[in-house]
Amino acid sequence: MTANVLLGSLTIAQVLVALAMAGATFRMLRGPRAQDRVLGLDTLYVNAILLLLIFGIRSGSTVYFEAALVIAVLGFVATAALAKFLMRGEVIE
Amino acid sequence: MTFAAELPAWAALLTAALVLLGAGLAFTGSLGLLRFSSFYERVHAPTLATTLGAGCVLIASMIFFSVLQTRPVVHEILIAIFLALTTPVTLMLLVRAALFRDRVEGRTYDEAKTRALPTVKNAPGPGRLAPIQAEPNELPPTRHPDNGDEHDYR
Repeated sequence: MTANVLLGSLTIAQVLVALAMAGATFRMLRGPRAQDRVLGLDTLYVNAILLLLIFGIRSGSTVYFEAALVIAVLGFVATAALAKFLMRGEVIE
Repeated sequence: MTFAAELPAWAALLTAALVLLGAGLAFTGSLGLLRFSSFYERVHAPTLATTLGAGCVLIASMIFFSVLQTRPVVHEILIAIFLALTTPVTLMLLVRAALFRDRVEGRTYDEAKTRALPTVKNAPGPGRLAPIQAEPNELPPTRHPDNGDEHDYR
């Protein structure tokens, strides 16, 4: 019984996070300006972390945790580099 | 899903509630990213997902694996600390870049909202940011205005 409740709520949560990723992708593709696209990419990274964590709970393995951690690090570096590019016009000076 | 049957009822229900709450907050943040009308409003919305949404899902994961493996599993706290440290830094960098771009183009907050170019340029008033003017003796406006040093790092 409670296993089915957990399974159903995990499925609903995966659908919600996937919809959130779709919204972030829409903002990244149709953003009016460049900073909207960068913000959409940052949101996409965070939602990918959440989706991987929910996959990990669903499968009962901790393998997905390391992938989520790598995505967190790469997302920070990517957003910081893109914001610096918007500010200066170049990344490495 | 062979692991959930071994879980006691309270842990399964708590995990389900926390995961649902976190996913709902992430969806709300993305909805705000879609629906708000200017960039400076949109930048607030995804922080729902990065703070409380990620926190709920991470606590749910910690509870689930701790009960499942009958030992404390707290390595998810690494992601929580990392997200809490990096999200303000990246968003402040991004907003400063957006503000700089708007000031270079001489548009105000309302004009950035409606995406209309200003009709009267270079007229600072109440609520209007002074545009950066490229004077002949100054550096070109591609340089950062807050960088007050005289050295050329390029």
